Amino acid sequence: MWFGSPGEVGERLAATGYLADDAITTSVFLAGALGKPLLAEGPAGVGKTQLAKAIAEATGARLIRLQCYEGLDEARALYEWNYKKQLLRIQADDEAWDDIFSEEFLLERPLLTAIRCSEPAVLLIDEMDKADVEVEGLLLEILSDFQITIPELGTITAERKPYVVLTSNATRELGEALKRRCLYLHLGYPTPERERDIVLAQVPELPASIAEQLARTVATLRALELKKSPSIAETVDWAHTLLALGREELDEQTVGDTLGVVLKHHSDQTRARKELGL
Amino acid sequence: MTPEIQVGGRGGGPALIDRHVGFLHALREHGLPVSLAEGLDAAKALTCIDLSEREVLREAYAATVVKRPAHRPGFDALFDLWFPPVMGETAPKADGPTDPREQLAELLKGDPSDPALAQFAREMVARFGQVEASPGRQSWFSYPVLRALSPGTLVAGLLNQMLPVRGGLPEQRARTQINTAIKSFEDAGADDVRRRIAEEAGIERIAKSTVKAPIDQRDFLRATRAELAELRREVYPLARRLAARLTIKQKLGHRGRLDFRRTVRASLSTGGVPLNTRLKPKRPHRPELVILCDASDSVAAFSHFTLLLTVALREQFTKVRAFAFVDTVDEITAILTSDDLDLRQADIRRWGRTNYGHVFDQFAERYGDALGPKSSLLILGDARSNYQPPALDTLKVLAKKARHAYWLNPEPHTQWDTGDSLATAYGSVVAMSECRNVAQLSEFIQDLA
Repeated sequence: MWFGSPGEVGERLAATGYLADDAITTSVFLAGALGKPLLAEGPAGVGKTQLAKAIAEATGARLIRLQCYEGLDEARALYEWNYKKQLLRIQADDEAWDDIFSEEFLLERPLLTAIRCSEPAVLLIDEMDKADVEVEGLLLEILSDFQITIPELGTITAERKPYVVLTSNATRELGEALKRRCLYLHLGYPTPERERDIVLAQVPELPASIAEQLARTVATLRALELKKSPSIAETVDWAHTLLALGREELDEQTVGDTLGVVLKHHSDQTRARKELGL
Repeated sequence: MTPEIQVGGRGGGPALIDRHVGFLHALREHGLPVSLAEGLDAAKALTCIDLSEREVLREAYAATVVKRPAHRPGFDALFDLWFPPVMGETAPKADGPTDPREQLAELLKGDPSDPALAQFAREMVARFGQVEASPGRQSWFSYPVLRALSPGTLVAGLLNQMLPVRGGLPEQRARTQINTAIKSFEDAGADDVRRRIAEEAGIERIAKSTVKAPIDQRDFLRATRAELAELRREVYPLARRLAARLTIKQKLGHRGRLDFRRTVRASLSTGGVPLNTRLKPKRPHRPELVILCDASDSVAAFSHFTLLLTVALREQFTKVRAFAFVDTVDEITAILTSDDLDLRQADIRRWGRTNYGHVFDQFAERYGDALGPKSSLLILGDARSNYQPPALDTLKVLAKKARHAYWLNPEPHTQWDTGDSLATAYGSVVAMSECRNVAQLSEFIQDLA
């Protein structure tokens, strides 16, 4: 068992500095209790990856991370044979044909590491949507049965099920088969109240009144339907910026000067300046 | 119909199982693809959590059966019907103002997620929401509640109270906050109205009539303003996916440079002799896109959507050229690329009689060089040409010049070829797909490869 109740999840995540709402605590708890992978989907910078790190920190588990990208294949995700070493062995010893497919020549990649890990582990499969569709097929066996089949060695089953977190920016729809095996958590932008608390947790030196203004301003910016709405990570960056500049008040002047911290498109900045009257 | 949830210890009683099955059934009826395995997951989840905590129960169901954000609003509405909050009629608070409008104003200043606001909304529904629907029959509506309280008219007064000086950034911030609070008041009211109707008429009936289909299954041609705003948020990810699909990738190409690492790896199985060479995949080519969209009034909502899609696609392609037409065709690329385009107001609709034949002829003549072996042609329109000559030969030439050509038609398949529609004729030249909602557009994109 990873957690005792959703309430406990909230407390333990808060202790690591991650403020969770009902949706997050319940699904994090259930993923642990049911032994199912947790798929966190949402726009960039709302704390999906951070959630996995916080779970690892809260439970004292080892974090194993697989970063997905276009062209990720079995050799980088699962395992690979150390062919250089194998070649050398064959050249050195003509009788070695049977030995070269053994533990000694196996290079572990994150998925295999997570399956064979004997201590508690959190497996983070980051930005799943960036990987090709074939990788999903590769994951199905691992995510439903927690086992990997290596033709030369046989099937390796997990001694201890890792806690699996997948994240996705939804740049493509993940396959139904994958989604069916996961618990789904949609992370969106928080309410101004929660965002204020997040900012205060991340930047404790910031005066509460500015954090409040900051959260409300960001909420206003998000209501503008910009090309790219400011993320929580960017709000926190903004808080750091204001702190570094030593501003006491978030007025038009300050917002205008520092808008580049939260809005990264020229057209968005133009829109915001016009609409907010900066 | 007992509104309380059975809290019969771990495992629950038969009442819980019936409710669980009924709820899943209702979700499926509303277009949520809940599989058997997911239903079982949800049931297992119920055994792990404290059933008396309603929000935890809601999130447990959400995590196990709702796998798309677009399905969440419908899920929430159904959840509120199947597992309504246990509530007694509380007496109004003795202290504080008694005028409901003043009370509302007081609440709107606070936190939008304050339970007091939802509680107040329920009280107001009880007070104003009952209307005689037909002789001898009472029913509940949220409209009279909003009319009696008209929260929108409170905004100016509230702003005066909250701010020492009006205007500028503080006012913008306060406005956003008040609008959020009003929205959550209205939502709470609507929820309570549904709950009250359900108590009287039964859940199944009300669920059918008041819970809307998920946004991705709603018809473009009948979308309301609010729905269009929701659609806008759906468009960007779709555009990215469409771009990725049109960029035909040759995964493991038969031509290209040698992949040394993989060749040596493969040679191991043949004793170090590289019998099969492995090649690096070819670099993906960046396609150019030419969009021809119908801007006539008959497809008004669709053309708004088309425009959004075009703007979103612009960022994904090296070169996008967009053309709008009714009876003549004109390039609109320059308008779409200007920075101060406000998508909420953007509108390319024109009155007129669509004439596809004339449009194709004119396009071939004036902009024929826009199409080349690297470009994909995307035509968006209903193929209704007002009985004018179709100019099929011109379209054939255009389709041949382009690398790919696709036609998205916002009309249901059953209406194709009725009246002045030339769907089949055009469809025989350019592959035509029905595209009435976001779900169908996603399907089209998935099938592109």
